[in-house]
Amino acid sequence: MNGYDVVIVGAGPAGMACASEACSAGLSTLVLDEQPRPGGQIFRDIEVSDRKRRALLGKDYGEGARIAGAFRASGAEYVPGAVVWNIDSAKRIDYSAGGRSHSVEAKSLVVATGAIERPTPMPGWTLPGVTTVGAVQILFKTSGIVFEDVVLVGSGPLLWLAATQLIAAGSPPKAIVETVPKARYREAARHFGKALPAWRYLAKGFAMMRAVKKAGVPVHRDATDIAIEGETVAAAVTFAAGGRRQRIETAHVALHQGVVPNQQITRLLNCQHRFDESQRAFLPVVDESFETSVPGVFVAGDGAGIGGAKSAEMRGRLVAMRIAEKAGRPAGEAAKLRAEIAKDAAVRPLLEALYAPSADILSPADTTMVCRCEEITAGQIREAVALGAPGPNQVKSFLRAGMGPCQGRMCGLAVSEIIAAAKGETPSTTDYYRIRPPLKPLLLSELAGLGAEEPREAAE
Amino acid sequence: MSSDALVLGGGLVGAATAYGLAREGLEVTVLDEGDVAFRASRGNFGLVWVQSKGDGYPDYAIWTRRSADLWPSLDAMLKEETGVSTFYEKPGGLHFCLSDEEMEKRKALIARMHNVHGAASYGARVLDRQEVRAMMPEIGPDVVGGTYCEHDGHASPLYLLRALHDGLKRRGGRVVTDARAETIVRDGEGYAVTTRAGTFRAGRIVLAAGLGNKALGKEVGLDLDIAPLKGQILVTERTKPRLSMPTHVVRQTGEGSIMIGDSHEDVGFDVSSSSDVMATLAARAIRMFPFVKDLRIVRSWAALRIMSPDGYPIYEQSGSHPGVFSVNCHSGVTLAGSHALALAPMIAKGALGEELAAFSARRFDAPAN
Amino acid sequence: MPQRIDGSGETIRFTFEGREIAARAGETLAAALIAAGETTTRASVVSGAPRGPYCMMGVCFECLVEIDGVPNRQACMIVAEPGMSVNRQKADEVAA
Repeated sequence: MNGYDVVIVGAGPAGMACASEACSAGLSTLVLDEQPRPGGQIFRDIEVSDRKRRALLGKDYGEGARIAGAFRASGAEYVPGAVVWNIDSAKRIDYSAGGRSHSVEAKSLVVATGAIERPTPMPGWTLPGVTTVGAVQILFKTSGIVFEDVVLVGSGPLLWLAATQLIAAGSPPKAIVETVPKARYREAARHFGKALPAWRYLAKGFAMMRAVKKAGVPVHRDATDIAIEGETVAAAVTFAAGGRRQRIETAHVALHQGVVPNQQITRLLNCQHRFDESQRAFLPVVDESFETSVPGVFVAGDGAGIGGAKSAEMRGRLVAMRIAEKAGRPAGEAAKLRAEIAKDAAVRPLLEALYAPSADILSPADTTMVCRCEEITAGQIREAVALGAPGPNQVKSFLRAGMGPCQGRMCGLAVSEIIAAAKGETPSTTDYYRIRPPLKPLLLSELAGLGAEEPREAAE
Repeated sequence: MSSDALVLGGGLVGAATAYGLAREGLEVTVLDEGDVAFRASRGNFGLVWVQSKGDGYPDYAIWTRRSADLWPSLDAMLKEETGVSTFYEKPGGLHFCLSDEEMEKRKALIARMHNVHGAASYGARVLDRQEVRAMMPEIGPDVVGGTYCEHDGHASPLYLLRALHDGLKRRGGRVVTDARAETIVRDGEGYAVTTRAGTFRAGRIVLAAGLGNKALGKEVGLDLDIAPLKGQILVTERTKPRLSMPTHVVRQTGEGSIMIGDSHEDVGFDVSSSSDVMATLAARAIRMFPFVKDLRIVRSWAALRIMSPDGYPIYEQSGSHPGVFSVNCHSGVTLAGSHALALAPMIAKGALGEELAAFSARRFDAPAN
Repeated sequence: MPQRIDGSGETIRFTFEGREIAARAGETLAAALIAAGETTTRASVVSGAPRGPYCMMGVCFECLVEIDGVPNRQACMIVAEPGMSVNRQKADEVAA
């Protein structure tokens, strides 16, 4: 079995930067990533995106080319299209690539699997034509696809960024339906002073809102009771705003309520987690170098708490420096990098206060489907609690919620929130699904062939 | 808080016994652990299995068969009372052999059991490859033969657990969670059980806390020699109905998933939750049913079976603490029928029947030599 | 209807439910299907309700399709290749 000083899962900004830094410290480094090309979701297809598309996606997207370039030049071994399906406590990593499973051993493991979008259960959210806002961006980045009638629904910086990018492409969204309650602006204003060191983010935010206004995109603020109508595909979004029920016809609805750490690997490894009230999400407990409660397991980037692409890159480098230091290799100066990470994070309290998930999402109506795979409603989850289920794992056993192919990724956080509310406790007490292998569905034939001696496909 | 009976543990064993006690008219409270409780029930393979159970231990064979016979009524009453289907089916079950050596061993075992119980009452028969294939056309080329038993069946362990909890609740029972029993002390005529969630009192106590029984038993003068035995299960995505009956290591669930487990009779077979064990289970399943190779595994479970030194259950009433009973076993699905409808009435009456004498913990009290 | 901002360049041809779909080299099946206006990729195994690509990043498993007879494949993670025969994942083919 091949062994490496560092194995990094994920080739987004954190993973790429971590790999570059680890290689420059002389550590043998392997990067495993699910996508065919590096960049993660934020810099998706950065290497193949042409000049025009990059211009439309904005300057921050272009930054990805520098990180990816350095990564390609770093000498790190890189396996694209690699789906990690198990990691054990000895840091043996099993992954699927090229139709076969392979195993490697890591002295240090870096989880750089970033974020996923927060589950947004609402009536009609399973209809075809309804996607996440992230999906709209991915379609733009990878294929230059835009929709002339897309309605962006929810809250968060990504909503405004997507709107701005679509406007730049000459295909502005049909409307923005924002769920931020009016009172939130006042609450968030309290964090404004502290956010000033990260003024560039504030400036970008205001610029995005100006661009939306200038383009004449209708913005419906403080929207509640959102539902998507349609028989077999999405046909309209309805909501209450401005004191009345409104309806916008569209075949394309994009939902967003912020992003949350992708916990699958850290949960599988039984790393300690905590519920962060400000981010309204579970985060792995990490030290100042982003090492988890499991020695030698690090989380770089948004997986340790949402900080954005710039922070992810810096955190990736910091993690590599720490691994190099522990291995007795020359490491870069961490103090300065830590200060920069802290400065960059100054904007987070404001964003987290302003764009906290809407009450409707955290507490869906009884009839709203929460687990999309097994079609389990919020009401059924509440009934299971009434029957005595103490938490998400018993709810899962009783109802099959979280047992479908997505393995709970699309419902887990919502299920924990609903149980917590029903029991009158915090999600911190309720906790989360236990995650077991395989991390992604795995062909039985491939599993059966594990360990068969065959050379791995040459890495790029 | 006071009840007629306290059942310590809300897994399949505790829930089935509690439901049975409630049927007997007792006011029952189940004290359960929290969400991360170690639950053998969640890792149960879901067989209601008779064939080969109790080779060399006739009382276990009889107790198992009795449970299988009680299962249809248990399933029907749960469905009627709760509306929850356990997906119970009794099409009979197949055990496959993948080599001539396995086949010979199997034949010998079936012959032994027929000699003890009689072919009619035991009901397992030896099949050659052609006969197996006629019953189950999907078998792979490595299957040399097997055994079939008409008393075998299967059910969803998860829905069974839910139905038992639901049924208990509908009969006035309660389940208190985050209430792991800590101490058991005499309290007037009965006992008091302390937990984080408060103190609970009853005249009857049932220890059904799985591996936790070992420590609880000490509180009430029961020396329970039980140890964990790890087992692992793989579950695939749903597929079309392919398997008409369960087999000892592969079955298709009511939802259409294929479940792959390790052999239930392999007492002493220890597996750890590793990729290599998963790979071994997968490879064996493909030899039995080649079509499964194209399915994807979506989940795996590792669970600990509760094992006594000889692998058979321990049912015991404390001598020093009358009214305190202890139930220790694996196979919580198979035995659910007996636990709910045979054991619970005995506990309600205050004495275990003669048929359970063979399951006393005293069988392990070897004379010093 | 969705549009492509940067003109044509779809050089790959595959079929979806018998209909010819054009894709760009390196593009996922799900992206090409959405560009072609095909938003429904599977039927729910529980209710049979129609579903389509949701996350586009391999997380939600809503875009499951049958490719060359093999079911349950993620259209958003698989790059389109010439001649692929792609079909909607039908509920009765996977569910009991």
